[in-house]
Amino acid sequence: MAAGSPQGLLARPTLAGHALPAEAYGRDQHHPHCEPEPSPAVAPAADALFSARSVWLTRAGRAILQNVDIDIAEGEILTLIGPNGAGKTTLVRVLLGLEKPDRGTVARRPGLVVGYVPQRFAVDRAIPLTVARFIELGRRVEDEDAGRALADVGADKLADRQLSELSGGELQRVVLARALVGSPGVLVLDEPARGIDFTGEAELYALIGRLRSERGFGVLLVSHDLHVVMAQSDRVICLNRHVCCSGVPRSVAQHPEYARLFGAQAARALALYQHHHDHRHDLAGEPQTPAGPASDQT
Amino acid sequence: MAEPFLMRALLAGLGLAVVAAPLGCFVVWRRMAYYGEAVAQAGLIGIAVGLALSVNLTASVLAVTLTVSLLLVALSRQQLVPFDALLGLLAHAALAIGVIAASLARGPQLDLMAFLFGDIFAVSASDLRWIYLGGTLALGVLIYLWRPLLALCVHEDLAAAEGAPVERVKLVFVLVLALVVAMAIKIVGVLLTIAFLIMPAAAARPLSETPEQMALFAAIFGSLSVALGLFLSVSFDTPGGPSIVLVLAFLFLAAIVPAVVRGQR
Repeated sequence: MAAGSPQGLLARPTLAGHALPAEAYGRDQHHPHCEPEPSPAVAPAADALFSARSVWLTRAGRAILQNVDIDIAEGEILTLIGPNGAGKTTLVRVLLGLEKPDRGTVARRPGLVVGYVPQRFAVDRAIPLTVARFIELGRRVEDEDAGRALADVGADKLADRQLSELSGGELQRVVLARALVGSPGVLVLDEPARGIDFTGEAELYALIGRLRSERGFGVLLVSHDLHVVMAQSDRVICLNRHVCCSGVPRSVAQHPEYARLFGAQAARALALYQHHHDHRHDLAGEPQTPAGPASDQT
Repeated sequence: MAEPFLMRALLAGLGLAVVAAPLGCFVVWRRMAYYGEAVAQAGLIGIAVGLALSVNLTASVLAVTLTVSLLLVALSRQQLVPFDALLGLLAHAALAIGVIAASLARGPQLDLMAFLFGDIFAVSASDLRWIYLGGTLALGVLIYLWRPLLALCVHEDLAAAEGAPVERVKLVFVLVLALVVAMAIKIVGVLLTIAFLIMPAAAARPLSETPEQMALFAAIFGSLSVALGLFLSVSFDTPGGPSIVLVLAFLFLAAIVPAVVRGQR
């Protein structure tokens, strides 16, 4: 069954006690064709945390985003997947206001506090900085809030360490802790599992899911892996410069093929989004329309 | 040691060391050493302009460093020529223009050395006022912008995503840099100004656990180098600016070598 099929839509998850706004799911159709469609001029979702409409972006003559619509609803975990070079990070940067689209609109809920975990966090050893200082950098933070964030990610023992002394996994936790400070309404995580081993990755996803349930913030999660998305994901958008398709991820238990690929243990923590492509991409990533038989991309 | 010219030299050097310390840390953290170098060498154009128009040299140098700093910000947005190449180009074009213009303005007997390496013993009471006024302003702005500046040194996108006014802070920072560079040129000259900014900060790094500590140690090293440098200069009749920079080089070695030996990388 393709994700986003009627049954998938019926199984709309609710979480943390509040129903997800219907609007956020209204457009979860599996697009019959994948080429960027003319903008349907849909108004931005009023209750969304982030809402982008008809976003186009070209850099150095290369189209990076083509007519992308995206909404992130309050309290939902939205996973953005797609191959390398699909424009995932660019889309995130557009949503965060770090990059201006050539065309299209990006709306952000007024007063929204954003917790951001960038794709690459290179520690600059030229700056002496303890973990505690890093957490409160650039803003006023209550000690209690910082302590709680560090405890939440299991990094409370690291507070007095120099940032430059941390291992990759420790650093990742600390950057996540920083994003949790200040009661964010949304967490934006750009490939947070990069450079972490597989067990660590599963743990990290489980942690993000747990924190979302406790605190009720929305999560935008970016992954380059077409198969592995977290079990807690409420919705998945597949991006390849345009939105290929979107829908509810399916449980890994129903996919013996993927369970075999990723191992039964990890499969319990992870859900996989069965990626029924109704079209093929040529080598340049351009979609080719004659729809072949649906095939699971591997 | 109570000679008035020596007192003025000492006061000018110490005042500058205190401002240069936190500024130098940011220059090191933002990897703007060559940016500062280019702006400082452009100061020579300011000297040439000042001599040609017979106006206050500090004012003409300041006007040029501010202009060049803004020009560089604008040029940093183009990508056809890498920024480091652009800085090297500008620094040496400025040097050429400055040397030619200065020689045309006053003839070849002009003491170019005083502009290239500074003339700390020629600091006047009016220079001193400039240094303390400008220094107080620069220090005030740096303290006011400390948090956002530090945040954008650590991770610019993160700071921007969290709502810091990154572009505005960067702009104010390059203007403060241009201001301090213009003041430092009188003391250590266009060729040694950037050394006076980055060497105390670099020497302070191995000893520091926090950014504020690094700025404090840099101020101590800077002041120490001024006092020792002037003492050397008077005792052995060596030029003032280079003597200060020589002391800084030894301080840096004394700080970095034990750190490397301890295996701190």
